[in-house]
Amino acid sequence: MDNTTRYERLRERLQNGDLDRRKFLGLIGAAGAAYGLQTPFAKYANAQTVSQVRFDGWGGIVSEAFRKYAFDPYTAKTGVTVVDGTFPGGDEYLAQVRASQPGEYNIAHLSGVFDYARYHSFDLTSALNLDNIPNMGLVMPALTNAFAAVTPDSLSAAPYDYGSTGLAYNRKYISDDEMKEKGAKILIDAAHKGKIGGWSDWRTRVWYGALQTGQDPNGITDIEAVWDAVRQHRDLALKYWASGAELMSLLAEEEIHVTEGWSGRIYALQEQGHDIGYYDPPKGFGWQECLFVIKGSPMEACEELLNFMLDPATSIAVAEGQNYPPALDPTKVDLGAKIPTLPAFDPTGTLAGLTFADPGYWNGNEADWSETFSRVQRGY
Amino acid sequence: MTIEARERRQPWILLSPALTAVVLLLVVPLLFIVVYSFWLRSAAGADTPGFHLDNWQKVLSDRFYRDILLNTLKIAAITTAVCAVMGYPAAYFIARSKGNKLILLVLLMLPFWISYIIRTMSWINILGISGALNSLLLTLGIISEPIQMLYNEVTVILGLVHFLLPFMVLNIYVSLEGIDTNLEDAANSLGATRWQSFLQVTLPLSLPGLAAGGLLCFVLGAGTYITPVILGGPRDAMFANLVFEAIIRQLNWPLGSALSLALLAVLGALVLIYNRYLGMAQLAKGLG
Repeated sequence: MDNTTRYERLRERLQNGDLDRRKFLGLIGAAGAAYGLQTPFAKYANAQTVSQVRFDGWGGIVSEAFRKYAFDPYTAKTGVTVVDGTFPGGDEYLAQVRASQPGEYNIAHLSGVFDYARYHSFDLTSALNLDNIPNMGLVMPALTNAFAAVTPDSLSAAPYDYGSTGLAYNRKYISDDEMKEKGAKILIDAAHKGKIGGWSDWRTRVWYGALQTGQDPNGITDIEAVWDAVRQHRDLALKYWASGAELMSLLAEEEIHVTEGWSGRIYALQEQGHDIGYYDPPKGFGWQECLFVIKGSPMEACEELLNFMLDPATSIAVAEGQNYPPALDPTKVDLGAKIPTLPAFDPTGTLAGLTFADPGYWNGNEADWSETFSRVQRGY
Repeated sequence: MTIEARERRQPWILLSPALTAVVLLLVVPLLFIVVYSFWLRSAAGADTPGFHLDNWQKVLSDRFYRDILLNTLKIAAITTAVCAVMGYPAAYFIARSKGNKLILLVLLMLPFWISYIIRTMSWINILGISGALNSLLLTLGIISEPIQMLYNEVTVILGLVHFLLPFMVLNIYVSLEGIDTNLEDAANSLGATRWQSFLQVTLPLSLPGLAAGGLLCFVLGAGTYITPVILGGPRDAMFANLVFEAIIRQLNWPLGSALSLALLAVLGALVLIYNRYLGMAQLAKGLG
């Protein structure tokens, strides 16, 4: 019997006059106290009877695709409910997870190997039993190996999709030729002052600062030059956007003409009929996303969901819905007609054409650079 | 137990649920924040417990934090002043209106039924490049190109005024309602013009309400962070944004704790000054 039924029965007894009000309130209070006291230990009991799994992702079209193509069919098949939450950024989500009780958050749609490494450093990784996820065999080894380099003994996540943060531009104001000629430097081109946007994420700002100063983003030698480029961009920019929805709105409403943007979101804008171009400059920011199982989660239920989500039918449907290529190896799985047209798609399955953030390098500089960016953003 | 002893205990028994809630939900978390502010953030992984003054030294000596704090106080002060100028006539009109007072009060409370974020975002549809105002000006032929009106300090203040104005109006209204209108009549019968009776009788008597509204607007305005995120440009930030960034973006909870306590101390000092000269009773009336 669940708690709601227990409460309803108790209330019925009160309404029937079988229970006086004092006793009713006393029992409710005792139940509340008992629940409060047992909560830290509930995870052990919950592990035995899993009725729901919590999943947190990026919201918007991504969440819609997950709900429609993965969670609803999974619930229909297994009876396990997927409660899906959203977050505007990985940093915000990690702060929430750190403040939570083990088991409160289960699976997260994390971005970047650097996030995987950060969760590992906070002792939030779990150990997946890959025997329960046979569809992992269909995933590109290039993606799995990146996680295995952080946790060699076991994996805490299944790679799921990948994409890039390239340059998005309104073709009414910026031609394809101008974009190719200027590349990342178009974001610090005074000709577009007041019509430039940018993500408020410090990694992206530093990455593009490196490209604008001709440096390798995974081996910056002159960080001061990068900060100067970030300052230049700040002074020319109208707005730092903070979410995918805001990015799409700024471009669609023509508040800005050029910004860096997430490949899937830009593809969604193109599908809506907006004449927005997308260009990945050399050493543009590539990233891979994973389904990360957080320590303390009901592992078997999570593994079942991961396997279900990696099933080619589900994975391809989600990929087509969210506009990011799936982690499935295109040399092993027929990905259909739409996926090969998505931005950042790699038909070789090696992902050699994308530049990913080196987790050790970026996490090692995180404390310093994230704080410096906060100052630079404010005019320092 | 004697009757006296029981009477002495009774207020505490009645207060105990509220006191328990305040202690558990406010005092204890605040103590956690105080403790956290003396810890150190490690480069990656868990924070380092201990008693370190590094965060406090940084918050108190770094020009960056001082400048942002001063800018926050400036924005809050401008917002409060605008709310006072806009709110007083509205409150006066409501207080002196006959018959439709209830409708006006309901209209005043109406914005509270809509999410603050939605209310703030509505300005994008009004002031945006393809927003209502630009469309109107273009249609009327007043402008030939849309004007860039969003994402600057002015729109941040506008968003804050939109959010805080009802608090100001309500406080002034409560104060005006408590003034005996016979006093204005008496002033008029003694030869004062309506303007003179307002300036010399009504306004001074309503100052406690104005001050209470001012305090509320200032404290709430100085503590906000979402308005600059939605309506501000890259540089626009208030002190609460730094707290958010330290805790959420940089995962530097110890520094974020010190920053939030610094803001609390500054705003707490303002409340204490207010209480010293005007007392908290007026504020309670306005909130009630």
